[in-house]
Amino acid sequence: MKEYRAEVHVWLKPSVFDPQGNAVEKAVAGLGHTGIRGMRVGKSMEFTVEADSKEAASKMVETVCDRVLCNPVMETYRYVLTARDGE
Amino acid sequence: MKWAVIVFPGSNCDEDAANAIVRVTGDSAVLVWHQQTSLEGYDAIVLPGGFSYGDYLRSGAIARFAPIMTAVHEQAQRGVPILGICNGFQVLTEAGLLPGGLLRNADLHFHCKMVELEVLNNRTPFTSAYQLGEIIRVPIAHGEGRYHADEETLTGLKEGDAVAFQYVENPNGSAMGIAGIVNERGNVLGMMPHPERAVAEFMQSEDGARLFQSVHDYVLAKEVSHAH
Repeated sequence: MKEYRAEVHVWLKPSVFDPQGNAVEKAVAGLGHTGIRGMRVGKSMEFTVEADSKEAASKMVETVCDRVLCNPVMETYRYVLTARDGE
Repeated sequence: MKWAVIVFPGSNCDEDAANAIVRVTGDSAVLVWHQQTSLEGYDAIVLPGGFSYGDYLRSGAIARFAPIMTAVHEQAQRGVPILGICNGFQVLTEAGLLPGGLLRNADLHFHCKMVELEVLNNRTPFTSAYQLGEIIRVPIAHGEGRYHADEETLTGLKEGDAVAFQYVENPNGSAMGIAGIVNERGNVLGMMPHPERAVAEFMQSEDGARLFQSVHDYVLAKEVSHAH
């Protein structure tokens, strides 16, 4: 068994209005930072995965994302998987 | 008849719902802890408002995996009326018993106020005591009540007459001003407004009472038709 560290990022789908991102973007603009657009606020989750291979670990991460961490009705996700022993 | 009101850690409208049921219908209402696994013998089930599991991850996302939810699915399959109020609505969408989902209010505010709803379908077990097109007053209290679904689902809801209640003035940015929807079979209703908070004169509205009365009448009528 190998250990992998998973970093999962979940956001609202691009088609879904993100009022939080919108408010943050306005605050940023209010501070005088012009030219910053398309702000989206999401969630970040990290956890360790024990699996035989990176492929198996990926599969586990995707299953957990599809079933629990992300609601596909309105959200989308991306993840990065890193071997813990510098594989 | 006998009602079950499911209690998750963080539910906080469970006792209000039970009290409203008893007050309006005279039926018995039992609080059922989320770790239980059976809902045998209950004629109607309520998933109450609150903040189950602290709204962690997404509102309703963790409650969906509670042991009692398997029984809720079974009873939904059997046609038992299931009412999800506020957080209960969020749980029902997360559990896949109703389509779509509930998102942060468009203006980011937590809205706690009386609102007007139009009854768009009075042919459900929950709405038969209302007139079609009637405007009723029921309070809302939520930060995440913006109903969202893709275009295809919204068209399906509209064509299938699945929108039971629509806001007269949309308070949260919900698609099509949706305040409450039923499933295809009509036995599962999810709504953000709180009918249990509108069952007495001192609550500024008694319009929520007829929702509980409708379910009561529906169950009794079904029992009579089964007996013949």
